[in-house]
Amino acid sequence: MLTRAEQTRGLAAGAASLLLIGLFVTLPTAALLMTAPDGLGQTLFDAYTLSILRFTLLQAVLSTFLSVLLAVPVALSLARRSRFPGRIWIIRLMAVPMGLPVLIGALGLIGIFGRQGLLNDLLTSAGLRNPVSIYGLTGILIAHVFFNLPLAARLMLAGLERLPPETWRLSASLGLSSWSTFRFVERPALAAVIPGAAGLIFMLCATSFTLVLVLGGGPAATTLEVAIYQSLRFDFDPPRAVMLALLQIALTAIILLGLGRFATTDRSAGGEGRAPKRFDGRDPAALAWDTLVILLATLFLLLPLASIVVSGWRADLGRLITMPAFRQAALTSLSIALTAALLSLLMAGGIIKARSAIADRRHQSKHLAAFSTALATLSSLVLLVPPVVLGTGWFLLIRPFGQVTSFAPFLIAAINALMALPFVMRVLEPAVETHVARTRRLSASLGIGGISRLRLIDWPGLRRPLFMALSFAMALSLGDLGAVALFGSNDLTTLPWLIYSRLGSYRTHDADGLALILGVICLILTALGTVGHKEKQ
Amino acid sequence: MRKHFAFSLAALMLAALPLTATAQDKKTLTVYTYESFVAEWGPGPKVKETFEKTCDCTLNFVAVADGVALLTRLKLEGASSDADLALGLDTNLIQEAKDTGLFAPHGIDTSAAKVPGGFKDDVFVPFDYGHFAVIYDSETIKTPPSSMKDLVEGDPSQKIVIQDPRTSTPGLGLLLWVKSVYGDKAPEAWAKLKDRILTVTPGWSEAYGLFTKGEAPMVLSYVTSPAYHMMEEKTERYKAAKFSEGHYIQIEVSGMLKATKNKALAEQFLAFTLSPQFQTIIPTTNWMMPAAATADPLPEAFGKLVEPSKTFLMSPEDVAKNRQAWIREWLTAMSMN
Repeated sequence: MLTRAEQTRGLAAGAASLLLIGLFVTLPTAALLMTAPDGLGQTLFDAYTLSILRFTLLQAVLSTFLSVLLAVPVALSLARRSRFPGRIWIIRLMAVPMGLPVLIGALGLIGIFGRQGLLNDLLTSAGLRNPVSIYGLTGILIAHVFFNLPLAARLMLAGLERLPPETWRLSASLGLSSWSTFRFVERPALAAVIPGAAGLIFMLCATSFTLVLVLGGGPAATTLEVAIYQSLRFDFDPPRAVMLALLQIALTAIILLGLGRFATTDRSAGGEGRAPKRFDGRDPAALAWDTLVILLATLFLLLPLASIVVSGWRADLGRLITMPAFRQAALTSLSIALTAALLSLLMAGGIIKARSAIADRRHQSKHLAAFSTALATLSSLVLLVPPVVLGTGWFLLIRPFGQVTSFAPFLIAAINALMALPFVMRVLEPAVETHVARTRRLSASLGIGGISRLRLIDWPGLRRPLFMALSFAMALSLGDLGAVALFGSNDLTTLPWLIYSRLGSYRTHDADGLALILGVICLILTALGTVGHKEKQ
Repeated sequence: MRKHFAFSLAALMLAALPLTATAQDKKTLTVYTYESFVAEWGPGPKVKETFEKTCDCTLNFVAVADGVALLTRLKLEGASSDADLALGLDTNLIQEAKDTGLFAPHGIDTSAAKVPGGFKDDVFVPFDYGHFAVIYDSETIKTPPSSMKDLVEGDPSQKIVIQDPRTSTPGLGLLLWVKSVYGDKAPEAWAKLKDRILTVTPGWSEAYGLFTKGEAPMVLSYVTSPAYHMMEEKTERYKAAKFSEGHYIQIEVSGMLKATKNKALAEQFLAFTLSPQFQTIIPTTNWMMPAAATADPLPEAFGKLVEPSKTFLMSPEDVAKNRQAWIREWLTAMSMN
């Protein structure tokens, strides 16, 4: 049991986070709603909106289904093969797609699956006449699976690895077949993780923009996010943009509710890499299957990344790294990413504290339970608020108080922090739950509290998931372009912005080189986020 | 963790400092423009250097993503904008820009301006132009389309990447080009061209990136694009296809804000944009055609570029009035299966 003071503090922290997030989202929305549009006055619900609505949902449902379905065997095989050289690097590589600007990922995919890609080269040399075209729904699905399968696999793998080691000893001594192991051990563990992971992926796919346009092959593939961007940037009709954004949030919320949950109540901790020893899967068939699955998944992940490396390698990397514009952009990007990640951790901390305080109460009140659900819901739904809406709204709000450009870095950091929150929550919450459950009695009986508890008990116990969440959030922020575009000023250049500006002035090679560097930075961050896992094994 | 947070906040503030520390005794002229104009390889740095020599002022560029973002930013800021001038809107945005009521007539002599089609306006001054063109990879395509009709009716397995008229100005340019050539028959033309279109990207960068990566042998860009490849990459591999019907033109303009506190200086800058000093900088930094006489003859590569036999340009009023309807028409034609 928590003390009364701890209870109150927890609730206060949650309320503060809720208030902060709420204000950060509603204020700019209100500002936009009050703006007079250019007077085009388009109706919200017409055939156009309905058709993009249909497509948005269709591609998001399919993408989510495929990403999750394909991630299951990957997670199962990786969990069963708990010791093999390079395993930790496969898991680390899985975080790289998240940190890449989507266009770079798309170009990498095109290098493999495109008309002139590796796959078509192979097919042509095998005698196929016409190249296979991925443009259309196929391309969108491949890209979404590329970006989200690793995420799903990591979350599921973490769920499996959190099973107590005794489970495996027990199932081995009972001589369970691999089917029975799946049925009685693995399936329940996955079932706890899948709804949360699926919800997250669904939101990511529903709000997809660049991927959908670049790989969609034509305007038949249009998402609501495109329409929002169009109304805000091209038609300058802010109220319409807000209405579309609300539509996007409401619809997705309904679907997620239909899925039965928003919550992050699963007990996964985002792939900590501390794999328990496994005794099953010793027969050759299982070994062959796992090898095949891991190999295919790694290839699917690695090939597009390799294509980015190959094109990046052709660039003059030495010159790129030493140019002042790069150093400046890297510094800006890293400080924004660090600020965003820490802010995200603080918010997540507040929410988690409140939720665990509520869960700890012996007598559940309806109001508190609702508050807890609201916290969990809100921390995921923020993913659906288009950054361009937040950015533009805040621009309007800050404008009367001075130079927007001097606020811009903080604003971008705050927007990125919000976008990272659902991920941070999924990494931290289960870890904190387990940690608290494990240490509560101990610290109570030792009478440890305050700073010394933080130093002696919480920090060593939670250090790893904290670093993990930090690197996750930083990678996300590093790859984000959306929030910068409106404020962009010569003095505020981030790495993705630098890449786009090279690409926007014929300098494709430079852009390739910078994309490679950005990818390497992300990989280093993830490696830092999983430091110390190996020695534990 | 808090300490780290405070530290990174401090780092951010340091990063933001130079933004606020530009106030000086000299007059400052603030020009809003698009990003590639101020890039280290763009015209911005040279323009700043040249203009500051003559004006006894500080020229301050504020750059946003592109011409559309520039107009959005001005709309968001309204009359309280810090901008004295906006540089980098194009002909298709002129009407919308005028409708904001934020711009003032320039009042300068623009007789030096020489733009195909003879563009004249009392608010906006042209500073460069480029005809849209289909750029093709001569290593893949031996017989490029010689007309819009050729493009529309040609082999559907030879693909082109275009931009989305809902989100980009070149995309809108192609829409208007097809409309100029086909008129009421434009939807049928799009329905046919659709099979040749590999994909429709949100902006120019993505399309051109796909093209130079070899994913498609054709892309919608500018007549001047091959000049970049000839001069910077020493290759004549990428060429523009000359269309017998003519080419649609994009004219880039600048204008003065009503709210400027430096009217005389702003007018001086507008006049400067038509001077040979400014115009000489444009071709090899912005990769567009100069809108007035340059001090030196154009580089050799520019002599090798396609010269459109006819220029299409719709009036800004017509574009503003019909844009929505034409985009709908395009959507319908392109979405039919």
